[in-house]
Amino acid sequence: MRNAFADEILALARQDPRVVLLSADIGNRLFDKLKAEFPNRFFNCGVAEANMIGVAAGMAQSGLRPFCYTITPFITYRCMEQIRVDLCYHHLPVTVVGTGSGLSYASLGGTHHSCEEMGMLRLLPGLTVGGPADAPELRALLRDSLNQNGPVYLRIGKKGEPEMHSAVPALKFGQSITLREGKDACILSIGTVLPVAMAAAEKLAGQGISTRVVSFPTLKPLDEKCLQEVFSSFKVVATLEEHSILGGLGGSVAEWKADHPELNARLVRLGTPDEFLHLTCEQEEAREHYGLTAEGIADRIETLLRLA
Amino acid sequence: MAETDIAELLKIAARMRGKVIEMVAASGAAHLASAMSCLDIVVAAYWRILNLDAAKAADPLRDRFILSKGHAASALYAVLAERGFFSKDWLDTFATHGAPLAEQPAPGCAPGVELATGSLGHGLPVGAGHALAAQIQKHDYQVLVCMSDGECNEGTVWEAAMFAAARKLQNLTVVVDYNKWQATGRSNEIMQLSPLREKWAAFGWKAVEVDGHDIAALVDALDRSRQEAGKPTAIIAHTVKGKGVSLHGG
Repeated sequence: MRNAFADEILALARQDPRVVLLSADIGNRLFDKLKAEFPNRFFNCGVAEANMIGVAAGMAQSGLRPFCYTITPFITYRCMEQIRVDLCYHHLPVTVVGTGSGLSYASLGGTHHSCEEMGMLRLLPGLTVGGPADAPELRALLRDSLNQNGPVYLRIGKKGEPEMHSAVPALKFGQSITLREGKDACILSIGTVLPVAMAAAEKLAGQGISTRVVSFPTLKPLDEKCLQEVFSSFKVVATLEEHSILGGLGGSVAEWKADHPELNARLVRLGTPDEFLHLTCEQEEAREHYGLTAEGIADRIETLLRLA
Repeated sequence: MAETDIAELLKIAARMRGKVIEMVAASGAAHLASAMSCLDIVVAAYWRILNLDAAKAADPLRDRFILSKGHAASALYAVLAERGFFSKDWLDTFATHGAPLAEQPAPGCAPGVELATGSLGHGLPVGAGHALAAQIQKHDYQVLVCMSDGECNEGTVWEAAMFAAARKLQNLTVVVDYNKWQATGRSNEIMQLSPLREKWAAFGWKAVEVDGHDIAALVDALDRSRQEAGKPTAIIAHTVKGKGVSLHGG
């Protein structure tokens, strides 16, 4: 995914002279092509993320379109106030991109995990929050970032994520994409955990349960049209994210549902619990630890359907 | 500077001080003493240094002045009104219900206000972004950031200081309003600020010290900062908190 990011930024830089990329001392060699072609459009801001966000704000005020890039917890938790004051309060068109989101860097420990940042950031007024599932969705949202007149946050994976789309989809912020049709249950999935949702639907099909899978890459603004439709059509709707069930997609949809008491579908929030992960493990094992597997998800949905 | 020139600036500064006292007294707003300590810096910048046209406040080629110590906004507002950026009537409703000018500036609150400040440590990174944008876009505007000494407690100030020196942002100048007092005590007791000029020099800046109430010295230092090649300039302006108000010892 990060290779697609570098490639797409280069393409955007070629199209739009306002595009500049700031990184905080990561991505060694990743941006070599951009640096070679536009030496004055890439800046390594050093291990000083908060300053990087402020610099991006000044650049945006002076007419540029900065993208800021580093590892998710450092560009979000550490820069919360800069994102809030410099970017959101001034409503500046800066795109903040966190790489290695969720449990991508499970093995590096809790300092490198980010299972709370979507919940924190979505509270900021005027901030668009997205989590593309794969490289094609990332490319679509990066392109749409340039259509926004305010700040954007994108949480992305690291590398080698399976591609769920054969081409760049016609996707804009606030929209979702149905990847598999179904009639009993529906899974709304944000981010790189989408292949697990697809596998869970396959597993449920084996049990005679038909499951729709929707890639739901924008946390804010929510695709309310999609929510209205699925909560009217299915008995069970599950949200899936590599993020805490508090405040992220599950939290957002639960809030939305509270405002729509006429809708009867049951909501189940699948994600990480309210805790730090202390297990030494890789990303896939971390997902297993939290039941974010085809089996785990299928079990939860099947149980709920029986109760519904 | 000619004596007549200095005399004129002193008269302006005195008038601005009077205006700020009126505004603060009428509204009951806080931070009069902080506004007083940086007032001569703001006057020197707006009357002799900055390349600005009030009729074209958003001109992309304008010089940028960022008052990073947003709590001293009354000084900035008084000066901007006097320079014609907005009606002086606005000063009469400073910090009152529904007024355009709040105690600390909001985004886009008035022509000429570049940044909503109030949380310390934001002005210099943003100013560095403006300065770098000028280099990228091949514009020759200059960026001037006025900070408080207490603000130098913030880590982002020093992140920005290293960044600006590495990027050779010669079009960036910071003036530190070094009045030796922060919110609850002496600046050099709460944190080890001293030696402040040497700190900025060690971070790769051209760093000078001036008397922050000697208007000719301020104009001279600001003027020289615009000629500096290859590095940003820090002007450590020694000031008196509450300058001009006898109660404050100034």
